Amino acid sequence: MVRPIATTRSASGVPTGRLAVWWVLASEIVIFGGLLGSYLLHRLGHPEWATYAAHTNTWAGAFNTFVLLTSSLSAVLAHQAAEQGNGKKAANLLLATCGGALVFLIVKSFEWTHEIQLGYTITSNGFWAFYYLAAGLHGLHVIAGAIIMLIVAADARKGKDLQRVELIGIYWHFVDLVWIFLFPLLYIAK
Amino acid sequence: MAETHGHEAHGHDAHGHHEEGWFVKYFWSTDHKMIAKQYLLTGMLLGAVGAYFAYVFRMQLAFPNKPVPGYGLVTGADYNALVTNHGAIMIFWVAMPVLIAAFGNYLIPLMVGCDDMVFPRLNRLSYQIFLVSAIVLGASFFVQGGAFGGAWTSYPPLSAKAEYSLTSLGPTLWLAAVALEFVAFLLGGINFVTTAMNSRAPGMKAFDIPMAVWMIVIASILFMCSVGPLVAGAVMLMFDQQIGTGFFDPDRGGDPVLWQHLFWFFGHPEVYVVLLPALGFVAEIITTFSRKRLFAYRTVLYTTIGTGVLSFFVWAHHQFIAGIDPRMANVFSVTTVLISIPIAEMTFVYIATLFGGSISFRVPMLWALAFIAEFLMGGVTGIFLGASGADIYFHDTYFVVAHFHYTFFPIAIIGTFAGLTYWFPKMFGRHMNEAVNKVHFWVTIICFNGIFLPLFVLGAAGDHRRIFDYGNFPELSQPWMQDLRVFATVSLIVMLVVQPLFLVNFFYSMFKGKKAEANPWKANTLEWQCPSPPPHGNFSPLPEVYRGPYEYSAEGRADDFWPQNSPT
Repeated sequence: MVRPIATTRSASGVPTGRLAVWWVLASEIVIFGGLLGSYLLHRLGHPEWATYAAHTNTWAGAFNTFVLLTSSLSAVLAHQAAEQGNGKKAANLLLATCGGALVFLIVKSFEWTHEIQLGYTITSNGFWAFYYLAAGLHGLHVIAGAIIMLIVAADARKGKDLQRVELIGIYWHFVDLVWIFLFPLLYIAK
Repeated sequence: MAETHGHEAHGHDAHGHHEEGWFVKYFWSTDHKMIAKQYLLTGMLLGAVGAYFAYVFRMQLAFPNKPVPGYGLVTGADYNALVTNHGAIMIFWVAMPVLIAAFGNYLIPLMVGCDDMVFPRLNRLSYQIFLVSAIVLGASFFVQGGAFGGAWTSYPPLSAKAEYSLTSLGPTLWLAAVALEFVAFLLGGINFVTTAMNSRAPGMKAFDIPMAVWMIVIASILFMCSVGPLVAGAVMLMFDQQIGTGFFDPDRGGDPVLWQHLFWFFGHPEVYVVLLPALGFVAEIITTFSRKRLFAYRTVLYTTIGTGVLSFFVWAHHQFIAGIDPRMANVFSVTTVLISIPIAEMTFVYIATLFGGSISFRVPMLWALAFIAEFLMGGVTGIFLGASGADIYFHDTYFVVAHFHYTFFPIAIIGTFAGLTYWFPKMFGRHMNEAVNKVHFWVTIICFNGIFLPLFVLGAAGDHRRIFDYGNFPELSQPWMQDLRVFATVSLIVMLVVQPLFLVNFFYSMFKGKKAEANPWKANTLEWQCPSPPPHGNFSPLPEVYRGPYEYSAEGRADDFWPQNSPT
């Protein structure tokens, strides 16, 4: 397929890819906004949920927050390397970010296994339903982001489509940001 | 993946001339015009399905418990499934794909003067997901217990528990279909917005963009900003149905009204998502056929944006009797009545555009004028329902049904016919038969009023909208009421009988109609400045823009039109 001229224009001055990623994030924000808004309203109406929330593992959540924030740092460094035209370095830094995603998911799976063994499942009550749904939806975003990042890294290693390093970075910061909201709402607020 | 970066100088002829197999051409194309036609034909096909459902349940209402020709005996569960899916299909699988996706795909690249969408493969994916969503919806009719029958609003607990909805897979498949459809339109919407923002022809400034493009773009943004909570809500409801969570189950700490909030936070902006493109088509058509500038272009634009913002603050007027706080009902009454102001203003602007113009009553113009007149009635009756006091009485009566059909029929049907008859010469390079289309127009419009005017009267008399056999309600089955129901049903049948006139005309003219020139209506916008039908790549060379889209009857010019790309 020959690339249409439409794909190369930039009447707004913002590159098309970046513009589109921002619109994707705009629609993602309302998805998570709707979910977290629903959770908050329920939470305010059910003070007893605090006792359920006390069973979450705050230290595991804090560790995961640290891991995700660090992985965002390597995404920024990858963007910097891509700007300098260093595709190989950008690819390696993206792989480091993927490593962060992997650690995050592993910690998460230990947490969930433990909680399910204690009998707190998605059908237990409203709090646990929101807990598994919100964190699960976020986890799917982590997995999707990591897969896309592997594709972008493979291309970047060959010096192809370096602008995509920035785009996946923007998305990754968003995934990070969602967790920054989830962590206090699901773990800390007792 | 296409890695080559095209430049304005090359790449154009290359994809105009190579031959493609029929599969690639019709099913795997990334050309925006082909994807538009895919959306259009799929939407028309599902429109026929939705119309058939309407025929079946209207027959049941007019002649209760008699076998319906072409269907058989309608059971209560059948009736509910037909009504539910009539609504869902007409909004999600007819109005959305035709008004936004088909026309948006077709018009945006042509009207902003470029050769395709900015993400052609994403565009193809969007249609394919949409097609899958339609297939999933179709599949829901063949599972045990039949299709979902809990109304298109899908309120829990009715939709959340199999023992209430009498089908365990129907509601889940229905939700999955709706969610897939949302994904398709999110992809499409991002494409529309970025294309309009980034791929405009050199020289096309914000106020040189034709109203149809503005309206589709604003509608896409409204969709993107409103659908999110319902996506989350759909997942929650699906978990309630299949996993056994209790998000919307009051017995288990859930809240059924939460679903209503999530649904209508999307559902009300959705009205404007489909209204705006239709308003955009009307703007293009009335300026062309009255040879006048659009009255107050910028005011229309700002009004549209204002309507869009306001449309996020009216949703709870659907829930006045759902047990929400009466103080909140007051607030939503006020915002609901407020939103009639920009819409009324839009009507006045269009009438002012007509004033003093040299009007020619071609078929697209007839549809456009009918849109203004009929939508006006939908808007005025909306004020009755927006007042929370009156709504306590009118809620869930046929008055509501008649009201929203007086808004949605003009949008989805009249708007589509206006757009199709106006852009048909461009799409297929041929003209439709005007006389046949005029007959079709008049019969359709008269019958439409014949269906829904009686329903206003019935609704005001207390006719509840979810009853499938009025025989059980003596006060609602008086002879005059039944006569009005029969009248509405007969009007519907007459309306359906004339639709093949249009369809035959449409498909016959596509191949055998009179050849159309590039600019048969003498219009200004860019899509008329390329050949009919536009070739692969649309323009050669790509146009530059020198002025706004509505410079008709400019003083000191020999022609009464002034194409946007004409240097002089």
